[in-house]
Amino acid sequence: MSPTAYLYLAAILFSIGSVGVLVRRNAIVVFMCVELMLNSVNLTLVTFSRINGTLDGQIYAFFVMVVAAAEVVVGLAILMTVYRTRRSASVDDANLLKY
Amino acid sequence: MVTTSPLLWLLVGLPLLGSAILLLAGRRADAWGHWLGTGAAAASFVLGVAQVMSLASKPADSRTFIDNVYNLVSVGSLHVDVAFRLDQLSAVFVLLITGVGSLIHVYSIGYMAHDPGRRRFFGYLNLFVAAMLVLVLADNYVLLYVGWEGVGLASYLLIGYWYHKPTAATAAKKAFIMNRVGDVGLALAIFLMFQQFGKVDFTGVFSAVGVPGASNVAHGVVTALGLLLLLGACGKSAQLPLQAWLADAMEGPTPVSALIHAATMVTAGVYLVARSNPIFNLSEGARMVVAIVGAATLLYGAIIGTAYDDIKKVLASSTMSQIGYMMLGVGLGPVGYAFGIIHLLAHGFFKAGLFLGAGSVMHAMNDDVDMRRYGALRKVMPWTFGTFALGYLALIGVPPFSGFFTKDKIIEAAFVKGGTSGVIFGVIALFGVVLTAFYMTRLMLMTFFGEKRWADGVHPHEAPTVMVWPKVVLAFGSVAGGFLLIHVIHVQTWLEPVLGTPAEGKPVLSTIVLTVIGLLAIAGGAGAAYMLFGRRAIPVTAPAAGVLVGATRQQLYADSFNEGVFMRPGQYLTRALVYADNRGIDGGVNGIAAFFGGTSGRLRRLQTGFVRSYALSVFAGAVVITAALLLVRVA
Repeated sequence: MSPTAYLYLAAILFSIGSVGVLVRRNAIVVFMCVELMLNSVNLTLVTFSRINGTLDGQIYAFFVMVVAAAEVVVGLAILMTVYRTRRSASVDDANLLKY
Repeated sequence: MVTTSPLLWLLVGLPLLGSAILLLAGRRADAWGHWLGTGAAAASFVLGVAQVMSLASKPADSRTFIDNVYNLVSVGSLHVDVAFRLDQLSAVFVLLITGVGSLIHVYSIGYMAHDPGRRRFFGYLNLFVAAMLVLVLADNYVLLYVGWEGVGLASYLLIGYWYHKPTAATAAKKAFIMNRVGDVGLALAIFLMFQQFGKVDFTGVFSAVGVPGASNVAHGVVTALGLLLLLGACGKSAQLPLQAWLADAMEGPTPVSALIHAATMVTAGVYLVARSNPIFNLSEGARMVVAIVGAATLLYGAIIGTAYDDIKKVLASSTMSQIGYMMLGVGLGPVGYAFGIIHLLAHGFFKAGLFLGAGSVMHAMNDDVDMRRYGALRKVMPWTFGTFALGYLALIGVPPFSGFFTKDKIIEAAFVKGGTSGVIFGVIALFGVVLTAFYMTRLMLMTFFGEKRWADGVHPHEAPTVMVWPKVVLAFGSVAGGFLLIHVIHVQTWLEPVLGTPAEGKPVLSTIVLTVIGLLAIAGGAGAAYMLFGRRAIPVTAPAAGVLVGATRQQLYADSFNEGVFMRPGQYLTRALVYADNRGIDGGVNGIAAFFGGTSGRLRRLQTGFVRSYALSVFAGAVVITAALLLVRVA
């Protein structure tokens, strides 16, 4: 099986993720879409690692996972606070930081 | 030969200290302030006499005392010292300033007795004496300028002494501003000296300009220096065209008019020209302009003096006219320098006496200055009348009073100079004598003779003793001053080392003929005044006037001229500039600020606060960058 197929899959996943970030309002879904984008990138890294026969890409993928885990911790904490004050998880309701 | 005299600075220091104490001590000094002020002036006089005595005991060629107090500026080749110089010329001024000044301090004790600000008044008077002494004792033009500005300041403070009166405040400003015009001339002269010679001290400048026939300075430079110095002199001495402030300066208390605006400060211009005689000796043109200014002012002052009803303003225009005589004298060159100065000294005495007399009269008449409200005062105020009459005789030049000797010499000097200009100046000076006799006789008749025209509730009385005896002392000066100065002390010989020896010359007409003509001129002027004012009753309100009298009452439209030519256009100019500043410059600056403010107000609307729109921008940016990279790759 050609490794190129993984790249197509990663591109599709990234597109789904980015569209989700742009169009969905529920903060949790937005979060999940961000995770999807991160993981599609991981998939790309691993694929290229395989194609090139080196381990660099796989190691990068581990780093990305660690950062993503940390980001989820912080992000969910913010989300909880926003929900407590506004009784809503919609990203459009947290719009005070503007002109 | 120059002698160092370590005490010279005290002459200035004593009144300066007095002034500092009086002005800084506040109300605590109210009780004894006037005694301190008078004491400081008198101590300065005693010290001045001692210094001049020791100066006179030296041989004629080494009569110069120098006191170098400290070095003010020392940059490259320029050295400016705070150095005082007492020589023959400054000596006579020191005696005049401190002598007449002390007498007027004494008089002021009585005159200002009921004024709550008497201590402040004496503080200013002492400040004036100190500044005037700096002016005449300075050894260089920069220090002279310090004194020059100092007397200007003191004059401003004293004219505006009753600052709650709008007229006094305005008069003070007018005097200060007109003086400023002249001061610019003096400042420019000093700049020019520095630029040309690199020196500003008297000895340095005079040796740099050289003597006639052996001068290596361009003629134009010397003439420019002379004219700039003359501009300074015109401002301080109220000469045409900067004369208009002197009559208004009479808003100050009368002792101020006597000391500053008659006897001392206004003669500073004559001093400046006489002191700078090596410069004027080199420029026939500059000297001619000085003489023309003097002759024009002596006529102008005498003419406007005939129309005032205000006793002090008559005396003020008389001062203007007499300083015109002095200017004419010093403008005639070496034949006239000494006589200009001698007339200045004699005038200092009799004019101060006349002003003090006028002050006593005003005091008696409840501060009314209108002579039409006076009349018949000779019986009620015998001492004032007596001293005033002696001053009057001295001023119009009746022999053997002092003005006769000194004014006669100036007229004679004009004829000695000869040529068309000399004769013209002589005739103008003689005509001035007619007018002087006319306006002074008018003043005497309106004030002391005729019917009582007093306002209701006015009860004239003789002035207190403290105000009488300074006038008596000054009256002695009026009687004997001229004769003593010229024929006993020989001031003209005393001044020769400073002012140069005049070439021997005979007047175009013989001296006797000139004297007779002069006496006829006095008789004519006084007689005309007697016909007009002595034999007829004087109306209490001024009668309607024809064209000539009307013009004279308006000071020949001098104020209107200044207002029309300088003040109004100046106002229009400032208004135009304010408009240009508000609309043009401020408009430009504010416009730029408003443009950026408005634009950024619109641009910040992009910050919506919706996180998804920010995400879209990030994506769009990423897409653009990726596309650009791909394009570069492909190309």
